[in-house]
Amino acid sequence: MSVLSDADRARVGELLAAMGGGVRLAFFTQTLNCETCLPTKQILDELAGLTDKLSVDEHNFLLDGASAAAYGVDRVPAVVPLGEDGRDYGIRFLGIPSGYEFMSLIDAILLVSNGQSGLSDESRALLAGVLDPLTLQVFVTPT
Amino acid sequence: MAVESRHVTSVIVEASEYPDLVRQYRVSGVPKTVVNDTVEILGVQPEDSFIRAALEPPPSSSLL
Repeated sequence: MSVLSDADRARVGELLAAMGGGVRLAFFTQTLNCETCLPTKQILDELAGLTDKLSVDEHNFLLDGASAAAYGVDRVPAVVPLGEDGRDYGIRFLGIPSGYEFMSLIDAILLVSNGQSGLSDESRALLAGVLDPLTLQVFVTPT
Repeated sequence: MAVESRHVTSVIVEASEYPDLVRQYRVSGVPKTVVNDTVEILGVQPEDSFIRAALEPPPSSSLL
């Protein structure tokens, strides 16, 4: 059974048509004790089915702890959008990307794909001055 | 911001799945952004004020 409606699939397909380069979604999951891991996998697989430029790279969180640690992933489900060369842009999604978070994931895929932040020149100048690690945790809810 | 700077990591947290993080960071409304465990930004802000708030020096006492 598909997660996205036909209308949503068409709309998301249109949005993903703006992708420049390919994107790999590193997906950390586990089978047991994770209610949202399977629904997240279904969402990601459906997204990847909409364009050749998007792929899902599934990692078992329990068996592949080294990869999880490399991306600083300490819980599941987690999604890390990577450039086609494997470049990590520092974006992480924790929890199922449904509701508003689904659109945030689409936005993140497009940002990584095109390598453009879309920020103003002023913002970019401010960010160029960041020399130490800066971690933003953005708390959201699906509705 | 994360795309623009390799020093920036942006973690989008689905709050209802992680009550431990909600308690730890005292999230009572969304969206709420926590910067380096210290600076809080509440609600949706215009780009320039959000970035200025995120880049502000942290307060002397941590949230935690």
